[in-house]
Amino acid sequence: MLRLPPFDFHTPGSLAEVLEIVAGEGPETRVVAGGTDLWPNMKRRHQRAERVVSLMAIPELAGIHAHNGELALGSTTTLEDTVRTRVVAERFPALARAVASISSPPLRNMGTIGGNICVDTRCTYYNQTEEWRRSIDYCMKEKGTICWVAPSSPRCWAHTASDSAPVLCALGARVEMKSKQGERIIPLTDFYRDDGIEYLDKAANEVVTRILIPDESDSTHCRSSFWKLRRRGSIDFAVLSVAAAVWTDDGDRVTDARIYLGAVGSRPLPVTGLAECLEGKVLDEETVSEAAALARKTATPMDNTDFQAQWRGVMAARYTEAALGEIAGLEPRALPPPHLL
Amino acid sequence: MAEPIESDQQEEIRDEPGRHIGQPFRRVDGRAKVFADDLHFPRLCHLKLVRSTVPHAKIEKIDFSAATEVPGYLGSLTGRQMPKPFGILPVSQDEHALCIDKVRYVGDPVAAVAATSEEAAYAAALLVDVEYQPLDTIDSVDTALDEERDRIHDYGDGANVHKRVSMRFGDVETGYAEADLVLEDTFFYEGNTHLAMEQHATVAVAEDEDRVTVFSSTQTPHYVHRALAKVLELPPSRIRVIACSNGGGFGGKSDIFNHEIVAAKMALELGRPVRITLNREEIFYCHRGRHPTLMHLRTGLKKDGSMTAQHLRTALDGGAYGSYGVASTYYTGALQTVTYDLPRYRFDGVRCFTNKPPCGPKRGHGTPQPRFAFEVHLDKAAQQLGLDPADLRLRNLAEPGSVTSNWLQLGTVGLRRCIEAVVAGSGWRERFGKLPHGRGLGLACGSYLCGAGLPIYWNHMPQSGVQLKLDRSGGVAVFCGEAEIGQGSDSVLAAVVAEVLGIELADIRLCVADTDLTPVDLGSYSSRVTLMVGHAAHQAAERARMLIAKAVARRLDVPLERLVFAERRVFDAADPEQGLSFEDAVTLAEAKWGTLGTTGSYTPPRAPGKYRGAGVGPSPTYSYSAAVIEVEVDPETGLYRPVHVWIAHDIGRSINPVLVLGQVEGSIYMGLGEAMMEEQAFRSLPRHLSSALVHKTPSLLEYKSPTFHDMPPVTSYLIEDPDPLGPFGAKEVGQGPLLPIPPALANAVHDAVGVRIDQVPIHPHMILKALDEKGRGRQARYGPAAFPEIDFGETLIVPTPAEGGDGRALDDPEKRKAHDMVGETGTMSSRDEALKAKDRALTTK
Ligand SMILES: Cc1cc2nc3c(=O)[nH]c(=O)nc-3n(C[C@H](O)[C@H](O)[C@H](O)COP(=O)(O)OP(=O)(O)OC[C@H]3O[C@@H](n4cnc5c(N)ncnc54)[C@H](O)[C@@H]3O)c2cc1C
Ligand code: SF4
Repeated sequence: MLRLPPFDFHTPGSLAEVLEIVAGEGPETRVVAGGTDLWPNMKRRHQRAERVVSLMAIPELAGIHAHNGELALGSTTTLEDTVRTRVVAERFPALARAVASISSPPLRNMGTIGGNICVDTRCTYYNQTEEWRRSIDYCMKEKGTICWVAPSSPRCWAHTASDSAPVLCALGARVEMKSKQGERIIPLTDFYRDDGIEYLDKAANEVVTRILIPDESDSTHCRSSFWKLRRRGSIDFAVLSVAAAVWTDDGDRVTDARIYLGAVGSRPLPVTGLAECLEGKVLDEETVSEAAALARKTATPMDNTDFQAQWRGVMAARYTEAALGEIAGLEPRALPPPHLL
Repeated sequence: MAEPIESDQQEEIRDEPGRHIGQPFRRVDGRAKVFADDLHFPRLCHLKLVRSTVPHAKIEKIDFSAATEVPGYLGSLTGRQMPKPFGILPVSQDEHALCIDKVRYVGDPVAAVAATSEEAAYAAALLVDVEYQPLDTIDSVDTALDEERDRIHDYGDGANVHKRVSMRFGDVETGYAEADLVLEDTFFYEGNTHLAMEQHATVAVAEDEDRVTVFSSTQTPHYVHRALAKVLELPPSRIRVIACSNGGGFGGKSDIFNHEIVAAKMALELGRPVRITLNREEIFYCHRGRHPTLMHLRTGLKKDGSMTAQHLRTALDGGAYGSYGVASTYYTGALQTVTYDLPRYRFDGVRCFTNKPPCGPKRGHGTPQPRFAFEVHLDKAAQQLGLDPADLRLRNLAEPGSVTSNWLQLGTVGLRRCIEAVVAGSGWRERFGKLPHGRGLGLACGSYLCGAGLPIYWNHMPQSGVQLKLDRSGGVAVFCGEAEIGQGSDSVLAAVVAEVLGIELADIRLCVADTDLTPVDLGSYSSRVTLMVGHAAHQAAERARMLIAKAVARRLDVPLERLVFAERRVFDAADPEQGLSFEDAVTLAEAKWGTLGTTGSYTPPRAPGKYRGAGVGPSPTYSYSAAVIEVEVDPETGLYRPVHVWIAHDIGRSINPVLVLGQVEGSIYMGLGEAMMEEQAFRSLPRHLSSALVHKTPSLLEYKSPTFHDMPPVTSYLIEDPDPLGPFGAKEVGQGPLLPIPPALANAVHDAVGVRIDQVPIHPHMILKALDEKGRGRQARYGPAAFPEIDFGETLIVPTPAEGGDGRALDDPEKRKAHDMVGETGTMSSRDEALKAKDRALTTK
């Protein structure tokens, strides 16, 4: 079996203690929540830590609360608890669907929503054991100098892997972080950077405490949808996901629309020009196809996950049609992925 | 079995339901299984192999100095300490326990370290510094055929070709001339791996400086035993191999693996028990799975669908070592003739060495690839001839009891009933070709061996042996070398003995797969165990029954023939009250004969083929299967989903229908995995930057195999028609039902959206591409463009039975003998001698 390397493990009972430990310790110290991402990565030695601090013994970090219409997801709320919380399922069905699609039941029992938005970017040249990566002389994301996916590129193209992130971005969520220096709240879209290595705007000493979903995405005039493409009906990460949120007026005319694509870029990619394209129009076959064409242009699928990259690009259009079509109540066109059946 | 004794003949079929045979019963090994990784011993230490990180290179230097500093480090080994080569086939003794002077693929073991904990062993292994001097990377059949490149091995058939095979049975050209349609197709079947849940593990316990016990997850303890003796340079009597319960094998545990030998050596060196459990990635490197195979078929058919001739060419990417590869190559051609009558047949095959983990036998060994090609090819033929694909197959069925054009002796052929069952079950006649766009049905068939006719090394001994020990306790101990790999072979063994002696499964104590204690059985491969062990157990049990019956007949004063063994009693058929409990009957026999023990053994019947290569393909009899798959395809995306599978399998007779169904359903699952997603695929990096060649996805997350969600509902039909050549009429089920699955899926996709996908796995982008081609008025197909020009060597010309042949090739046998490689453990050319001896054995019996 692959074994973890040795490290010191801390389980403080208060956030203050955590913030104390992570303050100024640099990258040798990491926090862990469910560990479903960190432990496999440490076993494969592409993430390391001398010291790991668990967040799981801090009661106030877990739980879901609503106030002033805003929904606050505590960062260590497990994925399973997130799905099972009625207010999430009722008010944000797309989020519930996205979280329910993550991996498999055992991982959803361990994995957390905070861990999910921080989950490392992925690439089949990177998510490999130490020995395997030696065989390709490593790559830019860890120890190496070159990106094997795009050898002439100066950057890493590892793709965002979180299923909740594109939905939360579409819903306009914000993220709350705390450190010894204080606290800050930023839009989730700013939390992500377009880089496979430095993919988060988060310092090593900052801990994600809450995710805040605004009231505005919970009106009768906002409908959202999430479509995830993957090989199998369980376990697999997305190779493409489409999270759509559309706001309409009383006459079903679009007032605002956002689509974020997962797994086809290093961050959840906003489909550019979407609001302009749809504003004032009713969602029908034609407007949906126009939006799909924009999604196709936005996606930058690389050959670093399952399925042929070019086909994933085509699928960005098809799944955008499917997601918007679902919102508009159009006749479904694409074969539904198994987890939706 | 409520029936009087007649003789101890093993061929007799008992058709009526038995107490155990034919009844669903709980498997006898179901609880408290012990796997090799569960074993613990005092002072146990842990072994880790250091594996090559380069695809092809000379080893310049191995430096352990940093590794020795790791706390807990105990010792190391290199290849120089185990210089003797090994390999599963006598003709391919090309492996070393640890590489000696060169490495041949990323993952090839170069060194080993032992430590007091698994963590320390891994830490030390990462610190072993190996310097390499690179050689050319051979990454495909194409590069392997290139004479200019560095050779991976210094033996074989030139360049990086391991084996060239060419044989012709009958005048193929005449066949084409007689045909109304001559169809040509090129197909590709990607490699894939076994993916057994249990990761290979070995525990070696040294009992003295020159005595060692090796517990291992292996399908073939006997072959491991032989290889250990050779490489450790110890007499076999000092080595004991025990195959623990296996958590699945599928052919992936039927080679001898480096870690098994190294663990034994390390245990002897350190004088303490050693354990190694491979991680999942290492299992992708052990591999021995499906050969990626490029195929070309040319078949002549008459208007009515009957076949006049076929020429099959195959090119196998074998990976870095021989393994079973010579047999695999022959197997890509050998069984084409068993399903349908092929009056004239030509086969050319080539296996190449490449710098990848070695390929070998996976469920269906070498035959799923050409079966895929053949069945898709036939679907196209039916389309072109305007025939129903089911009718085309029914017209060509192989004749029961016939000898095929390539000299295979068939037994019963249940294929007609199989086809009829799935045609009826799926509503084929009403629905094929008539479903709405996006829905389709596909049909395909297959057939498989019930045990390879010949052992892996030539010898004159039985292939399976069973011993029984009976005593006054009334319990029966059964000793047999067979290895339980999860398929239920223990249960079959127990059921056969219990049936014959009229006792319960609970009265049986099994002792299996222990080279010190059990008689040799060659192992769990080639679907041989039920048939061969079943026969041997049957014979041993009949002999025991006779000993008991003689004692009881005397006591009761009843004629021997009237005695019945049933319900744990031995009694008079004419007066059932008159009898003894089984326990008392055994007590009587023990008093009469002394200590009781019997043996049984089995040697398959002699095959009629006598040409070089005729050793691959013969079997006592063959199983048959047919399947229909219904598929849903989305023409907009190429995404598809099998919605139902109907399958019928000619089992002869089920010993335990629950186990049979388990194998059928498991085969469908595995077949769908190969057809839809599984790929043992490799990555090269840009040539000007790197010579790396790595496995793309050596993990259970990224190597895609279906989950529960992806498995469609299944309807299975067991076709029971006892075959006189099987024990109680039984045939195999472990491998055959996989064969029709990949082609049935491809055929169904065609029925759904009208495009041909001539390769597996079928990815959605291929369907989309083919639909796009179709839309542009081009060929509605996705698949390999062409089959390369390959020199297959001199063609062996073997006249068919219809041509009055005698099973021999036309060319000079002396020339052949010289051509064959002579291995230390046997040679291909000593085959004639082995056959002669077997003839003698049969006539003296
Ligand atoms: C087989 C498998 C399949 C998977 N499939 C999916 C999938 O389909 N979709 C998907 O989205 N994910 C998937 N995952 C990834 C993972 O399980 C989830 O993303 C999960 O939500 C991660 O949460 P966690 O609490 O376990 O994270 P952890 O492993 O504990 O942490 C992940 C990272 O975030 C950091 N972190 C965690 N919490 C905080 C915090 N509060 N503040 C600051 N940093 C923090 C950690 O330091 C670490 O770097 C899969 C993982 C595996 C092993
Ligand atoms: S995208 Fe390039 S740099 Fe980033 S992980 Fe993959 S190979 Fe490495």
